[in-house]
Amino acid sequence: MATTAEGFDIHDHGHDTHDHADHKPGFFARWFMSTNHKDIGTMYLIFAIIAGIVGGAISGIMRVELQEPGIQYLQWWAQFMGGGNDLNTALHMWNVFITAHGLIMVFFMVMPAMIGGFGNWFVPLMIGAPDMAFPRMNNVSFWLTVAGFVSLLFSLFVPGGTGPGAGTGWTVYAPLSTTGSVGPAVDFAIFSLHLAGAGSILGATNFITTIFNMRAPGMTLHKMPLFVWSVLVTAFLLLLALPVLAAAITMLLTDRNFGTTFFNPAGGGDPVLYQHLFWFFGHPEVYIMILPGFGMISQIIATFSKKPVFGYLGMAYAMVAIGVVGFIVWAHHMYTVGLDVNTKMYFTAATMVIAVPTGVKIFSWIATMWGGSLSFKSPMVWSMGFIFLFTVGGVTGVVLANGGIDDNLHDTYYVVAHFHYVLSMGAVFSMFAGFYYWFPKMSGRMHSELLSHIHFWTFFVGVNVIFFPQHFLGMQGMPRRYPDYAEAYHFWHQISSYGYYIMAGSMLFFFVNILYALLAGKKAEANPWGEGATTLEWTLPSPPPYHQFETLPVITDANDYHDHRPLTA
Amino acid sequence: MKNSILAVIAAGLAAFIPLAVPAHAVVAPTDAAAAAAGPATDALESPASAPTADAAAAETTSAYTPMKPTAGKGMPTSYEDDPMKSLTFQDQYSDNGEYALWMHDIILMPVITAISLLVLGLLLYVVFRFNRRANPVASKTTHNTMIEVVWTILPVIILVIIAVPSITLLARQYETPPANAVTIKATGYQWYWGYTYPDHGEIEVISNMLDEAAAAKSGEPHQLAVDNRMVVPAGVPLRIQTTASDVIHAFAVPSLWFKMDAVPGRLNEKLLTIKEPGVYYGQCSELCGARHGYMPIVVEALPPAEFAAWVKAQGGTMPGEEAAPAAAAAEPAAANTAG
Repeated sequence: MATTAEGFDIHDHGHDTHDHADHKPGFFARWFMSTNHKDIGTMYLIFAIIAGIVGGAISGIMRVELQEPGIQYLQWWAQFMGGGNDLNTALHMWNVFITAHGLIMVFFMVMPAMIGGFGNWFVPLMIGAPDMAFPRMNNVSFWLTVAGFVSLLFSLFVPGGTGPGAGTGWTVYAPLSTTGSVGPAVDFAIFSLHLAGAGSILGATNFITTIFNMRAPGMTLHKMPLFVWSVLVTAFLLLLALPVLAAAITMLLTDRNFGTTFFNPAGGGDPVLYQHLFWFFGHPEVYIMILPGFGMISQIIATFSKKPVFGYLGMAYAMVAIGVVGFIVWAHHMYTVGLDVNTKMYFTAATMVIAVPTGVKIFSWIATMWGGSLSFKSPMVWSMGFIFLFTVGGVTGVVLANGGIDDNLHDTYYVVAHFHYVLSMGAVFSMFAGFYYWFPKMSGRMHSELLSHIHFWTFFVGVNVIFFPQHFLGMQGMPRRYPDYAEAYHFWHQISSYGYYIMAGSMLFFFVNILYALLAGKKAEANPWGEGATTLEWTLPSPPPYHQFETLPVITDANDYHDHRPLTA
Repeated sequence: MKNSILAVIAAGLAAFIPLAVPAHAVVAPTDAAAAAAGPATDALESPASAPTADAAAAETTSAYTPMKPTAGKGMPTSYEDDPMKSLTFQDQYSDNGEYALWMHDIILMPVITAISLLVLGLLLYVVFRFNRRANPVASKTTHNTMIEVVWTILPVIILVIIAVPSITLLARQYETPPANAVTIKATGYQWYWGYTYPDHGEIEVISNMLDEAAAAKSGEPHQLAVDNRMVVPAGVPLRIQTTASDVIHAFAVPSLWFKMDAVPGRLNEKLLTIKEPGVYYGQCSELCGARHGYMPIVVEALPPAEFAAWVKAQGGTMPGEEAAPAAAAAEPAAANTAG
């Protein structure tokens, strides 16, 4: 126990009979000064669920508003948030909602759940380590993320231009975010990104150090489970991309407050420079959000096919390739800013290259199932849903990759449909798959398979009804970030809103399932998934002891990569 | 499955090879049309648009009357009006738009549909063939170098097939406007558009969205209609320039396959040739603050003679015509070479 925590370390002496592995600190020290990777992982997951509820509720506000043309509810929201009663404030509220939805879902839902939650919980378990390399820094990462979320929520209540809150979009493009938004709201939103970004950079260094230095004896890099590979690649992307974002938004802050003109043409600056910096971060960011999902899907597919992952090395290096190429395609987010023709041709070609390693992954997952003995437990159905929906989102990405085609689709609902297929179906489906896969391990209780299957099917229908019609809207020309639209777009917007209600209803099954499992769920065995589960976490009891692997497991050469356990296990 | 992919590849190859040739031929006819704008005018009035164009033509001698839009042309189509049309792109009224639409419909759509169905089919197959009951003992296969090479190379081939028309499209979109192209500068403001005509005596048109009542009165779609349109000649190369005075906006017209950001401190420029007269609606496509959704774009393409009349009605002059404004209507729009 670190010395700084001693004063708060009020041990529960009733537990003295337990062995050291289960020796837990008192409540405050355990949850507020935590240095335990599993506790921090749990906090990240709870935090992500809370942020997801907030971000999901905001998308509900937006779908209700978009169900009919005209402005229905925004004026009410403007007044509720303390703004004026005029139309400009109401319309500003719309921009605040789209901004908050994007930032919350990216920085405070997907990233904390994937990396902070599942990464923290299972990277040390899977590599046979007692904890993360820097446990105290791990705690700092978490609380920086929380502080970032608080700063973002605070921005909603201070002036940000024509109303309260930051209405710049999650991309925070200058000059809308500098001269275009008077008031402290945008400063708070930027500060929120600084805090969350700093937390992620610390987390990334922690993961890289842990994975390089704390693997159990005998677990070479080429014997690591693919989920650990995915977190390793993700951590490198974070480490290289986030400082660029930090620089860009710091320049925004100085442009806003200290009279610099990095992005102001009146002083020799360039608004497009901001976009280059932002997307140099922003494109790797989308892989940061999906790569851990790839890793989870690989574990789950192998487990429930009772078969090793097909083409392990190809899978690992496909992720490395996606990570590398992800850094040299950023300007495909900027096809319409006025790039010159050669630049646009290069980014078109480079972007399409990403389809190759992604295709390798999709086909390898299917080949893993090929010849397997498949059992359709909840994690497996979510994973199969992921494979199909991610493919659909991926192929529309190939369409958008073409700079000439993108001239029509850029900033339309087609783009909205595309990135929700890869994120709110790709990333989110993999998160639910991972949640159902590891929930018994984390909580020691079994969830209801019936409820999680109902959750899957209703969610699957809901999100497809929301997002598939948005392809039609986009091709017809409906621009993004509009609270109001021409009558011609009414029908598909209405269908899309109905889909939201189905999706929202399906989330009830998720929450009821968690409650059921915690209150009345069966006790989970060490390995509830059977012989296909070959990673180290399944050799520990469910839930694992407070400190695990005090004697390190030894992975011998007798095991190929497809069994990550010591021989005795 | 492999056969279907090969079929797609073959279809793709067969489809775009002949198009590589006309790609170069595009400039010539447009130039010819511009050089002989006067005589070409009649030819430009295609039968489809003749009624509206004629109605406008009848008025050229007196004042300019905004052209009535044609339902389903240059505007989105609702599901109620035509379910099939509401699922895809708007009809295109520029050569590059038609080429892009062809590329999407003939190459991209079949390819992405085939890939999605292939993955869905494979998933369904493993569900039925390799479930626990059908296949109780799992195989231990972990590699197959041959198939891994195949599923790496095949996507590369498909992507190369996509890349060829994609690069061609980009090259066409970036053709430099000819020296005699008509220049229109669109400036984005919070939250309206301004159109200036530097070759036509610096006419400036300020374009605001019509409210619901006014749009209904003029028989135009609400959210898309404006008070003053960007009037341009049809069939003549246009040099569209965009910039902005406050924040970034984007000048976008879906039925012309045209979108270009309007960035403060920058002047973006692109060639656009509208094939036939008509009213083409678009909307600002870069988040620009509160009324981002309330600054639509309306391009009204007129036969060159009527465009010249419109210029006169705005108090402008046709290029090189200061001395004899009366002849403006008859003079070719392409006479401007001095810039």
